[in-house]
Amino acid sequence: MKAWHRRGLMVAAALSLLGLATALVLSAFRDNLVFFYSPSQVAAGEAPAQRGFRLGGLVEEGSLQRAGDGLEVRFVITDHARRVPVAYRGALPDLFREGRGVVAQGRLEGEGAQRRFVAAEVLAKHDENYMPPEAAQALRQAEAGARAGAAGGRP
Amino acid sequence: MIPELGHFALILALPLALALGVLPLLGARYGSARLMAVARPAALAQGLCMALALGTLVHAFATTDFSVRYVAEHANRTLPLHYRVAGTWGGHEGSLLLWVGILAGWIVAVALGSRGLPRPFAARVLAVLGLVEAGFIAFILLGSNPFERGWPAPADGRDLNPLLQDPGMVLHPPLLYMGYVGFSVAFAFALAALIEGRFDAVWTRWTRPWTLAAWAFLTGGILLGSFWAYYELGWGGWWFWDAVENASLMPWLAGTALIHSLAVSEKRGGFRHWTVLLAILCFSLSLLGTFLVRSGVLSSVHAFAADPRRGALLLAFLAVVVGVSLALYGWRAAQVGAGPRFAPFSRESLLLVNNVLLVSATATVLLGTLYPLVLDALGLGRISVGAPYFEAVIVPLMLPLLFLLGVGPFLAWKRAEAGTAWRRLRLLLFIALDVAVAAGVALALSPLAALGLGLAAWVAGSALWQLAQRVAAAPARTPIWRRLRAVPGGHWGLVLAHLGVGVFVAGVTLVKSLESAHDLSLRPGESGRAGAYVLRLVDTRQERGPNYLAAQARFELLREGRVVAELRPEKRFYVARQMPMTEAAIDRGFTRDVYLSIAEITPDQRWIVRMHLKPFMGWIWAGVLLMALGGAVSAADRRLRRAPVARAESACAPSSTSLANAAVS
Repeated sequence: MKAWHRRGLMVAAALSLLGLATALVLSAFRDNLVFFYSPSQVAAGEAPAQRGFRLGGLVEEGSLQRAGDGLEVRFVITDHARRVPVAYRGALPDLFREGRGVVAQGRLEGEGAQRRFVAAEVLAKHDENYMPPEAAQALRQAEAGARAGAAGGRP
Repeated sequence: MIPELGHFALILALPLALALGVLPLLGARYGSARLMAVARPAALAQGLCMALALGTLVHAFATTDFSVRYVAEHANRTLPLHYRVAGTWGGHEGSLLLWVGILAGWIVAVALGSRGLPRPFAARVLAVLGLVEAGFIAFILLGSNPFERGWPAPADGRDLNPLLQDPGMVLHPPLLYMGYVGFSVAFAFALAALIEGRFDAVWTRWTRPWTLAAWAFLTGGILLGSFWAYYELGWGGWWFWDAVENASLMPWLAGTALIHSLAVSEKRGGFRHWTVLLAILCFSLSLLGTFLVRSGVLSSVHAFAADPRRGALLLAFLAVVVGVSLALYGWRAAQVGAGPRFAPFSRESLLLVNNVLLVSATATVLLGTLYPLVLDALGLGRISVGAPYFEAVIVPLMLPLLFLLGVGPFLAWKRAEAGTAWRRLRLLLFIALDVAVAAGVALALSPLAALGLGLAAWVAGSALWQLAQRVAAAPARTPIWRRLRAVPGGHWGLVLAHLGVGVFVAGVTLVKSLESAHDLSLRPGESGRAGAYVLRLVDTRQERGPNYLAAQARFELLREGRVVAELRPEKRFYVARQMPMTEAAIDRGFTRDVYLSIAEITPDQRWIVRMHLKPFMGWIWAGVLLMALGGAVSAADRRLRRAPVARAESACAPSSTSLANAAVS
């Protein structure tokens, strides 16, 4: 085998590996990206019905309920403009509290009045003052929306 | 007064680091022995200053000097002494000071350990390290001064984040930083070689032990961090593909590629371009990790109360380092030289594939980590890239890597015979296939999990088989312990690290496919069933710790009617920060961990607990520990430290027989 043959073979092997890696990454991205939505966006129907997403906002005061053996949890995530009921089964993180920021990952289930966000995961926070950036953004968006609504008289 | 002393020492370290960074470089350029001679005393002096600075901050924590703002924010009078000391690196400013302090330590080590090096080369290595250090000291002095006083001084401090009040956290940051910062030595060697335009065996030979040591530290640091996350966060997970974890994984992957590429450079003189680029990449990723964790772009336990200006400064520093080193590489690339040829089927080509796969893995992790940040920075929406993405890309890259890992050490350098390799490996291949099929059927595993176990057996078997061959090759009638002692450290390192990979892969596969979680809601005296176990809540009581209150439950774990363990999980409440914390209880075993954490105590005295059954969890830790140990043993191999002098004298003669016999890593 001549030197340039061998080098060509090496380059071809490296390129095909690179191509394989790119294909892997792209398909993994397509299947596994999780988008974030605020309660207002969910109310406006922007959130996907079929795939999972992240929902962020505040846990509404007085909305936490436990059912059954205490593992079934229901609460409401709000951005002060809209509210989304959430159902979850399992242990809540240490810093989950009413009136505090929260991010839940899951999907929408049910229709009409039964429609709720079934969370597979309620994300833990690490610090008592820490507000998940997603939750903070949802609140800012809702606030900006409310101001614009008041000023422009939008419905 | 004492904190000012520390601040002064830090300020003094800056001109010393600058002198270290500039004068020897000029000296090496213009052949001035006097300027080059500045390097060693300057290195020692800056080391003294940094030790003083770090020491005074530790002292301020030990004596709870709350007039120092940083101490007041990360300690409390009720905090035990060892956690106060750990509080030194519990926040942004202190952990950066630790970063530079450790860099200073590495510089001193290089200064003392480089006596055998040609003087201009040693001067350039130390100068590059000095410049990096000067950049970081300037950064601390400009925006992150840990010695700043607060006025008025509070009567008591805010306390350390309770999550960090843990023995694992006392050691995790120093070890991790030893690894991160240690790659700066490999980087400095690569840059010095680029500046000099000489790429002989001397520099690869000298780089290897330093890189191996840094890699071993990084491995240990990641192990401790993961171990901590496992028992302290209370979710029963051990790796979350969190951006901060990825920040440490990327230099590890690149570093793993680097130590293998260095082996080729040193033994065969090949892969020099790769080695230089990997050394640059490795340190850049360490800097990127520091940026990600310290700039506040991520919100996690590592990054609270961050200031965006700091992030911009760090990013600029990173850009300068990467830009300058790549420009230098571009300028000198023609002089690096290609190195000797090798056949497509040889140890070199398998190591090349190893490098390509590891660098691809690094790139995919980098993409998954940065993509959400970039989208967010550009205002294109918030997304998260979670574990499913990383698992989907890493697993297919790791499967061929694991297979080749078993083959590589059995191939000859330059040109290997397929027939010989097959004769050596067919028995092993047969055993690995048997393990895969038998375990897959017996444990009802998925095909992928069975393949994982087969590969684990293959990798571990290959490592042990190499050791056996070496022991068998010793002269007849040598006692076994003498044969084992005759195996060189580098080869022990290879065997241990590869064995560790096998154990780790077996652990991960078994945990991932057999783990289960059970939620139970119990009142005192009640019991519930969880898998093959029965959990009984015996009684509960209130405890008082030094800086927290705790509700503790005593559980009995029964299997087939017999009590096998007593578990005491806690729900703690840290007073100073008004923060609740779950303290999990774990019964560790060789074949399984039982992991119990309290989720909630309801007003009507129901204790809601989650019990995780984690088969073979301990194997994950044991595997990583073996890898770190392997790195340490290799780094300590005496041949690596002794040979360069002899080698320099014989002016890069073709490798002697003893070298040809030496192991890869």
